[in-house]
Amino acid sequence: MRTFGFSRFSCMVKDAGLDGYMMVFGLIIILITLIMAAFAEFIAPYNPVKIVGMPVVPPSPKFPWGTDTIGRDVFSRVVYGSRTILIVILMSTALSMSIGIPLGLISGYIGGKLDRTFSLIMDSIYAFPGLILAIAVAAMLGPGIYNTSISLAVVYIPTYFRMVRGQVLSLREQLFVEAARALGATDWRILRRYIFPSVFFIIAVVFSLNVADAILTEAGLSFLGLSVPSPTPDWGFDLKNGQRYFLSGKWWPVMFPGIMIILLALGFGLLGEGLNKVLGQKEVR
Amino acid sequence: MSLRAYVITRIFLTIPMILILLTLVFLVMRVLPGNPVIAMVGMKASPKYIKQLEHQLGLDKPLWLQYVDYLVDLMRGDFGRSMIWGKRIVIQEIMDHFPATLELTIGGFLVSVLLGLLTGMIAGIRSGGKLDASMRIYSIVVYSLFIPLLGMMLQLVFGVWLRALPVGGRIDPGLEPPTVTGLYIVDSILAMRLDSLLSALAHLALPSFTLGLVLSGIYTRLVRSSLMEVLGQDFIRACRARGLSGRIILFRHALKNALIPILTMMGLQFALLLAGAVLTETTFSWPGMGTFLVERITYRDFTTIQGSIVFYALFVALISLVVDIVYAYVDPRIRY
Repeated sequence: MRTFGFSRFSCMVKDAGLDGYMMVFGLIIILITLIMAAFAEFIAPYNPVKIVGMPVVPPSPKFPWGTDTIGRDVFSRVVYGSRTILIVILMSTALSMSIGIPLGLISGYIGGKLDRTFSLIMDSIYAFPGLILAIAVAAMLGPGIYNTSISLAVVYIPTYFRMVRGQVLSLREQLFVEAARALGATDWRILRRYIFPSVFFIIAVVFSLNVADAILTEAGLSFLGLSVPSPTPDWGFDLKNGQRYFLSGKWWPVMFPGIMIILLALGFGLLGEGLNKVLGQKEVR
Repeated sequence: MSLRAYVITRIFLTIPMILILLTLVFLVMRVLPGNPVIAMVGMKASPKYIKQLEHQLGLDKPLWLQYVDYLVDLMRGDFGRSMIWGKRIVIQEIMDHFPATLELTIGGFLVSVLLGLLTGMIAGIRSGGKLDASMRIYSIVVYSLFIPLLGMMLQLVFGVWLRALPVGGRIDPGLEPPTVTGLYIVDSILAMRLDSLLSALAHLALPSFTLGLVLSGIYTRLVRSSLMEVLGQDFIRACRARGLSGRIILFRHALKNALIPILTMMGLQFALLLAGAVLTETTFSWPGMGTFLVERITYRDFTTIQGSIVFYALFVALISLVVDIVYAYVDPRIRY
């Protein structure tokens, strides 16, 4: 087992050029958001659900990002909102991975009729507009953190399935797998020891690109009022609330949550792009 | 395989896809925990009223029978009736809102293809350079732009500050052209109404740009990689050897071939357009399917929600069929 130290990491980043820097920039954004979520109690100056001032007060030393439409502190809401979106994304991704990846492994490895059936089902779901599917599930399940996570998970199962299945199909025919089979390894052992580790790095890439997409979908659901119930701070919903004041020049209740949505999605997008190249290079060597 | 044989095979392959999507909608609407009737009338409604509504919707039958009823009704084109306000026929209501969505989707599609072609060509020709790198960053950044925020900022700049474009709606009141297709642009051309046409175009500008910009990044990368691949082929070298200018090689020879793989992307791109349209519509109060669906969700109009989702599913299946057929027509190689 090779150690993966910091010096080696920085070497890889430099070698990857633009992609390396993109990856680091993405990581920084994600890290900042994680810190916001983890230490929300210490960072946020006010209680995010309490009315602490007059409505729509512009940014000032007292309210650094102003107050929202009913007088809550926008900064505190954005800080706590990071918690909502990260929890939802984490749960939904874990759920779609734990269904999509095993199904993809099995379907790709066994092949035949089973594979054709699974692929047809997954491809059909994949072809359906993700946000609309999430809207339908969310509308039936009702608001809430768990329900929103389930709605998002349903949408992204096919993404993991398709990626893992494709990888397994090409790996299955490779020499090292055939050698393992010739030595008498069981199917289960081949899947676990030979195929899964090779798929792992690609899962990392797809994970971050997929999370970037999931963030935008969660924010979309939340913007449409189908995510967590009010008054839980949630970026998309807060943005929606500020909409009616935005065109009269009161930009702060909309801009701050909106920019955070974009930055977080961008962060994961950049990380995925960078990882793709950095890990790809490693494979070539 | 002849084109005709391909088309027939492809149509047969669409049937399982439609069935799977319809089953998915059924599972989501009927099998997921959460009783639609209670969701609609609230916990406080009397049990008798709930039973009566369940009976009316056929929700008291066994699940497999509901499933059969649901499929049979859909095959007859019966989407049911709305549960609120005069109980209008669902498919009629959908048809009232669908043209608006189609118009927006086509607008967004055109913008995304134009921007994607432009940025992708710049990146593909100057591959490896600074311009290429900036186009790559462009493609990642635009995809992350959250549609409602982008839309509102465009509204603020072009609608409020510059007063150049309207910020909401489809057309100025009173200028609606007589309905033929429901697409205001087409209808005003058919009715030879210049004022309607200009108004419809002005209203379409910001929403289409919002939707198109966000989705253009996908085309940027696709055009780039596909153009680079074509430019590396022998026939391009042959063109160069014959002394053709770079411009002629690019536009006459390379681009045409580079566009073929982009066609395949259009089916999936269309799903993204429809999803993005929901957010664009709600941001710009565009009276399309998205606004309609979200509105009916707040009223818990169960039959209309189900009908709209089914309609989306059928539309997506149709588009993927059409895209595949066009692809087979343009590139005969894939028929085999």
